[in-house]
Amino acid sequence: MTLIHYLILMPILAAAFIPLLGVGAPKLHLGWGAITVPILLFSFFVSYVPAIASGDVFSASVAWMQALDLHFAIHLDGLSLIFTLLITGIGSLVVLYSIFYMSKERESLAHFYAYLLLFMGAMLGVVLSDNLMVLYLFWELTSVSSFLLIAFWFRRKNSRYGAQKSFLITVGGGISMLVGFIMLHVMSGTNSIQEIIAMRDTLHEHSLFVPALVLILIGAFTKSAQFPFHIWLPDAMEAPTPVSAYLHSATMVKAGLFLVARFTPVFGGEATWFWLVSGVGIFTMFWGSFSAVKQKDLKALLAYSTISQLGLIMSLFGLGSAALQGGASTESVLYTKAIFAALFHLVNHSTFKGALFMIVGIVDHEVGTRDLRKLGGLIAFMPVTFSLAVISSFSMAGLPPFNGFLSKEMFFTAVLNANQMTLFSMETWGLLFPIVAWIGSVFTFAYSMILVFRTFLGPYRREKLEKTPHEAPIGMLISPIILCGLIVLVFFMPNQLSHYLLSPAMNSILPTYANMDGLIPHISAWHGFNLELLMTIGVAVIGAVAVKTLRYWYLVYDFFPEHRSIDSGYRWMLSAGERLSHQATSRYMTGFLRHYLYYIYGFLLLITGGTLLLSGSIIIDPSGDAPVAVYEVIIVLVMAAAAIGIPFTKSRMTAALLNGVLGYSIAIFFVLFRAPDLALTQLVVETVTTVLFLLCFHHLPEWSREERSLKVRLPKLLVSIGMGALTVLIALSVQGNRLFDSISSYFEDSYDLAGGRNIVNSILGDFRAFDTMLEVVVLFIAGIGVYTLVTLKAPKGEDERERE
Amino acid sequence: MRENDVILQTVSKIAVFIILTFGVYLFLAGHHHPGGGFIGGLTLSSAFVLLYLSFDVETVNAGIPLDYRKLAATGVLISVCTGMGSLLFGSAFLSQTFAYFNLPLFGKTELATVVLFEAGVALGVIGVVVTIITSISGEV
Repeated sequence: MTLIHYLILMPILAAAFIPLLGVGAPKLHLGWGAITVPILLFSFFVSYVPAIASGDVFSASVAWMQALDLHFAIHLDGLSLIFTLLITGIGSLVVLYSIFYMSKERESLAHFYAYLLLFMGAMLGVVLSDNLMVLYLFWELTSVSSFLLIAFWFRRKNSRYGAQKSFLITVGGGISMLVGFIMLHVMSGTNSIQEIIAMRDTLHEHSLFVPALVLILIGAFTKSAQFPFHIWLPDAMEAPTPVSAYLHSATMVKAGLFLVARFTPVFGGEATWFWLVSGVGIFTMFWGSFSAVKQKDLKALLAYSTISQLGLIMSLFGLGSAALQGGASTESVLYTKAIFAALFHLVNHSTFKGALFMIVGIVDHEVGTRDLRKLGGLIAFMPVTFSLAVISSFSMAGLPPFNGFLSKEMFFTAVLNANQMTLFSMETWGLLFPIVAWIGSVFTFAYSMILVFRTFLGPYRREKLEKTPHEAPIGMLISPIILCGLIVLVFFMPNQLSHYLLSPAMNSILPTYANMDGLIPHISAWHGFNLELLMTIGVAVIGAVAVKTLRYWYLVYDFFPEHRSIDSGYRWMLSAGERLSHQATSRYMTGFLRHYLYYIYGFLLLITGGTLLLSGSIIIDPSGDAPVAVYEVIIVLVMAAAAIGIPFTKSRMTAALLNGVLGYSIAIFFVLFRAPDLALTQLVVETVTTVLFLLCFHHLPEWSREERSLKVRLPKLLVSIGMGALTVLIALSVQGNRLFDSISSYFEDSYDLAGGRNIVNSILGDFRAFDTMLEVVVLFIAGIGVYTLVTLKAPKGEDERERE
Repeated sequence: MRENDVILQTVSKIAVFIILTFGVYLFLAGHHHPGGGFIGGLTLSSAFVLLYLSFDVETVNAGIPLDYRKLAATGVLISVCTGMGSLLFGSAFLSQTFAYFNLPLFGKTELATVVLFEAGVALGVIGVVVTIITSISGEV
């Protein structure tokens, strides 16, 4: 375990202790306790910056399950470092903000911060893991914690709906990604991402290469809300605003981008990868910004804007992957600019979108609504918030002097470069990229302006607001002020950011280009009157006109009615799935115990009996058997008499006692065959079960005579005889088949190995302790199950299903 | 069923202690002789069951105020946690160890970590069995 391992586990452990802090210091706002974790983590990760910038990487591995190639392996390189800084940096700001946003009196803060810290640890795990399976584990953990956070106000129907939707979509994508990972493992024979990257050339030929690529991309697309999986993100806005700022704009939704960046060295250069990533990305960028303009709710607007921006970054990663086609050359280094732009915009997006979410949260908190139709004229009441909103949304619109301008220009450069590409049949389709990108940017400009001007300018309508607006407390303003400071700072000093954070990440995404000339462009705010600048000016002009004439634009949106949206498709799938499974289940869940027993024993007969027959393993070899003594025959006869007697008894009591006779006779057999442990266990178990039987009789109705029709009795008879015959056959065949050497010699050393002379218990408690442990857990679960079923019944009439 | 249980009650008062002692013996003997956590736990719980059978649930609960669900949970937790213990010493999960000590009165004695694991098993078994029996009989 290295320091980095502990850094990943720290927030998860802290999540466990946060509720205790609430008990220990009831007057403290738990946020003050929670904020120490991200600040500490941030300072730790910042301390890695100089080393990473000078080209170091930190790898370490802790053995976990060797047999499954499962190791807690971490890899901290430039790419991971950017994400860890975002996770912990934005995390600190969000926690600080939440201290003033979340009321200590009304909210269950222990849950809130426990989930938030759990998420932080999971997210760090995602970006630092080098083992595919561990990455997957953390990946799903982020979905789980996101689910918990979206449903934080679980009394609201919409919160539960949004949480379920995001969970179904992201976990569905996660499972597809898992299958992709398994395929990668099959191809490469390793779970280590770095080792897979090292053998990328040999993987291309494999028939599973493209399927694995597509499956992993589905995982990335669902997480990063790419079209058509983007529908979960607007519904996820039901979460408290600090959560939206943190998970659903700055970090979790970027996990998909991280995954794409991480696997670019493996899949980059493949046409499928190029087209899927860049095509889906650019379309998402357009669709998100197009949908954002029509939103009436500020948070919904930001959600669609996030979708659009994620699409933008995704398309840049796709375009940049073309650089890995063929070898690294001075020509193809041009394409790597797209990757650089992607990383740059990824950082910038986190700053301005984080700030915007916090600003919308402030408006919501201080005014009581985020409905654009009610808001207006807030500039007089909230001058600081207004200034922050201008900075962050102008940055989002791509205007100087803010960092969004720089990365937006680089985005235009990248799509223009894409137009020049001569591979992947880009000659025909390449022109689409600059056009779609430009149109998307116009919409981006439009909604950025709507966000600021509709909220803060325009007529002030007191009668539509719930309370008189006023400026937010300073504590809520600190975090957005810091982020806005960064927005401006990055604009003036982009090359420092590039040197310390972006260029090491470039080296890890494009290992073949590492430290090549021209890989790291010099970022400058002024680069002459070129096409990119003209595009930006065009965006601003057309965007401004569009905002002014917005009224007429709404006609366009009427072409996309609600009932034909992807969202309604999702709802239809959900209800159809429920309907179908209900029909299927009610067909075989008849309520007759005998039917369930038929299923169980039928399958057992079919599978076990079938295997026995087909593999020809029914071999009965009596040569090794011990001689049969007279008393053994007597016990067998007693057992047979008891067993045959049970179906013919007239009362339950007799049946239970006869069953007991069977059990005790088996115990006698164990004694005869010198297995005292088994005999003892069998005796006590038999006693306890008989008691249980007798107790249960109180609950059962009188034993009525069953139907005597042959139709009912014949299947019972067949199943019983079949099961009996099968068991006997298996028992006899076991002796005749020696598939492997006996392992008993290993256990004979129990005294030396485990210090115990009782071999049985040495096996149970030492050699195979894992089995025993899980058996105890299963026993416990069964006990809890019985307890809940028997005692925690809803009182009559209160069960919803009973009323139906 | 409750009319004539004086004999049963009198006998169980004595028998329970014999069974309990036997159960503890089985638990401790398990390392070298027949016995162990599972069977010890089962025997102990059969003593409790006997008590519940001969007296009613309220009387026994007043006499032995134990929450058997918590007991079961504690047992499971102990079993799992003793497995974690070995991780602290750099061994694999659930590794057991043993050593010989010279204790006063007992002389040379073997102490094994597996006892802790088995104690968890025993508590888990007692808790679960008694929980099941009482929750079913509680309905009568």
